[in-house]
Amino acid sequence: MEGKIVTERLNAFFGEVHAVKNINMSIPANAITAIIGPSGCGKSTLIRCLNRMHEVVRGARAAGKVYLDGEDIYDPETDPVEVRRKVGMVFQKPNPFPTMSIYDNVVAGQRLNGEKDWKKLDETVERSLKLAALWDEVKDHLDASGVSISGGQQQRLCIARALAVEPEVLLLDEPCSALDPIATAKIEDLLFDLKDKYTIAIVTHNMQQAARIADFTAFMYMGELIEFGETKKLFENPVEELTEKYITGRFG
Amino acid sequence: MRSYRSRRKWKNRIASLLALVCVLVALVPLVSILMEVVSRGAPAIDWAFLTERTKSSGAPDSGIGNAILGSLLLVMWASLIGLPFGILTGVYVSEYGDNWFGRTVRFFNDILANFPSVVIGLFAYSLIVTVIGFSLISGAFALAIIMIPIVANTTEDALRMVPNSLREASLALGVPRWRTVLKVIISNGRSGLVTGALLAIARVAGETAPLILTSFGNNFWETGLTEPVAALPLVIFRNAMSPYADLQEQAWGAALVLITMVLSLNVVVRLLTRKRMKLYKAVKKTWKERLSLNV
Repeated sequence: MEGKIVTERLNAFFGEVHAVKNINMSIPANAITAIIGPSGCGKSTLIRCLNRMHEVVRGARAAGKVYLDGEDIYDPETDPVEVRRKVGMVFQKPNPFPTMSIYDNVVAGQRLNGEKDWKKLDETVERSLKLAALWDEVKDHLDASGVSISGGQQQRLCIARALAVEPEVLLLDEPCSALDPIATAKIEDLLFDLKDKYTIAIVTHNMQQAARIADFTAFMYMGELIEFGETKKLFENPVEELTEKYITGRFG
Repeated sequence: MRSYRSRRKWKNRIASLLALVCVLVALVPLVSILMEVVSRGAPAIDWAFLTERTKSSGAPDSGIGNAILGSLLLVMWASLIGLPFGILTGVYVSEYGDNWFGRTVRFFNDILANFPSVVIGLFAYSLIVTVIGFSLISGAFALAIIMIPIVANTTEDALRMVPNSLREASLALGVPRWRTVLKVIISNGRSGLVTGALLAIARVAGETAPLILTSFGNNFWETGLTEPVAALPLVIFRNAMSPYADLQEQAWGAALVLITMVLSLNVVVRLLTRKRMKLYKAVKKTWKERLSLNV
């Protein structure tokens, strides 16, 4: 399987702790790939390795290769800043910039990187907010603070902000864990619409969510990738005993 | 059982009474200083006192105008030198200082922050005054050295308060580290930075010992960088030591002016820290105007 992102013997550490062990996986383009597993199994760490956000944490390092369109993002020549522009990320807790308006939050990526053309920024705001299915709800108060809207709206604002820099891949780290079911459903619908244009990887501890939206699912346990395949097959007919135990709720 | 409970109640009463007494005792000097300064300083203050220059005893229309100006100049130059160094040191320690060097800087900052200011004055004396003489710039230099560790520490604290999630949000957008620090972290810690700067200014505005050794004092309207200049603490110090009643009265007046200036700075700091989250930059034109142009 040739993927948008391919990892090769990927290992990640926090100091002495070996959090992600020898992962080989291929994340296909224009599809949603879910990563599931019990808390602390390394799923968040794994996706943070895919846009070099893992190394931002003190004492953290990664080893191995991660190919984005065939190019190793851990190559010493590769600039992590460039990687992060192509591989966007949405975090577990909505984190809009509190000192910025909704408008400024959406274009934060562009403005912080020096874009000054208001016309372009305006277009970006409308396009990104529409993509994130937030436009209708906030279009009348774009100058309100980014933290003045509800948690679910804030999370969609963060998705809009990530989409505004026109990434190719969108990584989501348990994006719905702080949201209620209605807001969660909205984000799931949104991801479903986005997969035509983007490659999406989502970490979730909610198995129903993975089953609902993901084309492919990876199951991780204790830092290892136990099983990876089409969602339907993984949930209905898992190969590994561990996977079956986990999805049937016998542990985790 | 009953006696035990009442004994406990009594203990509690005695303890809180003791604490209250201590508070009152501690307040006595503070309140009496304030009352003394106001009651003895207020009669000295009139328009001429604030606008005329310092003169020798018995001279008519004597004032502290040149000392107010001198103090403002000293603080201004000290801030121009000290604030950039202090703020950038704080930024470095908070954002890039996760190594032995950062820890060393923090350690020396803490030492320097508690350094006797007269020693810093002595340092400025030997470094600058022995070369160019008593001067505004040597005084500003000494005050700047006092400011740097204070500003560095408050800046570091303010930036550490900025949630890590905002750092990550910015980095994940492909914003380089230095821009993240400049535009996201500093802008979110802005009010803390302002607070630190104002506290440092308030602190050095009252410094006397280093100024005796550097800016020295002057009876004239001197503003040149390499000339000795007047300053409020110096007027207080010299006039209070003098045997003349009129000069002593001026010392009280100058003390009242100085205290008023420092207190009002502190009040500004209080107000700023209370309104922490209120500062955010509005979009230049309103979005409505702009969107109607090109949608």
